[in-house]
Amino acid sequence: MRIEYFQLIDRIVDLDLANQTIRTEARVPTASTIFEGHFPGFPLMPGVLLIEAMAQTSGWLIIGVTRFTRMPFFAALKEAKLRSFITPGQTLALSAKLLHEGSGYAVTKADIRCDGKVACNAEITFRLVDFPNPEFRASMDKMAAILQFPMGALATADTQHG
Amino acid sequence: MPSTFDTVANIISETCDIPRDTIKPESHAINDLGIDSLDFLDIAFAIDKAFGIKMPLEQWTQEVNDGKATTEQYFQLNNLCTRIDELVAAKGA
Repeated sequence: MRIEYFQLIDRIVDLDLANQTIRTEARVPTASTIFEGHFPGFPLMPGVLLIEAMAQTSGWLIIGVTRFTRMPFFAALKEAKLRSFITPGQTLALSAKLLHEGSGYAVTKADIRCDGKVACNAEITFRLVDFPNPEFRASMDKMAAILQFPMGALATADTQHG
Repeated sequence: MPSTFDTVANIISETCDIPRDTIKPESHAINDLGIDSLDFLDIAFAIDKAFGIKMPLEQWTQEVNDGKATTEQYFQLNNLCTRIDELVAAKGA
């Protein structure tokens, strides 16, 4: 997790296109300027960033399902629950499931587990649009490599459905 | 079994907190009911789920933007319900 660069997940662990699910993981850094303000003497991972981590996890699922043809943008959040404190150094297991892929939008259900317990969960709606420009698309390819996006899962799914 | 209009009107009422009795077949979702694009995503999700369809919103929007269709054709509720019925029929064909 590189909070200052808004990279809230470290690695894609599994992408299951048949079941339209994804699992990712992230480790909260032990030190960050964010913890100086949130909060002095009691550092906590901000809930809004946990929600962003769920959105990024969901986003990579949608990118996989749409075969890198559409870019999901966070549009709405429902039933968000922040169930426990997340502190520096903790490892997070994130997962998301696609509830529906509509025309120009998608809805996911996502959660974060820490030490086996659900720490937060939400239903997230995204607008799906074409990639705005080639540079943007290239940056997503680069980030996919950093996150170890399993390109093989796309090929396997294409073979099964082809 | 409720009509398509009743189902859609109930969805709009619950999603957008609009009194049910103000939603008429001739109501225009945008111009009369003031539903914006983000709220319409919620409505679309609920309609897609309720009828087991995928409303082609992007296609409809493109047709309106290109001047090939008017918003009334897709977003006036009686017309929207006709489109939904067509999608449901096409699914079962």
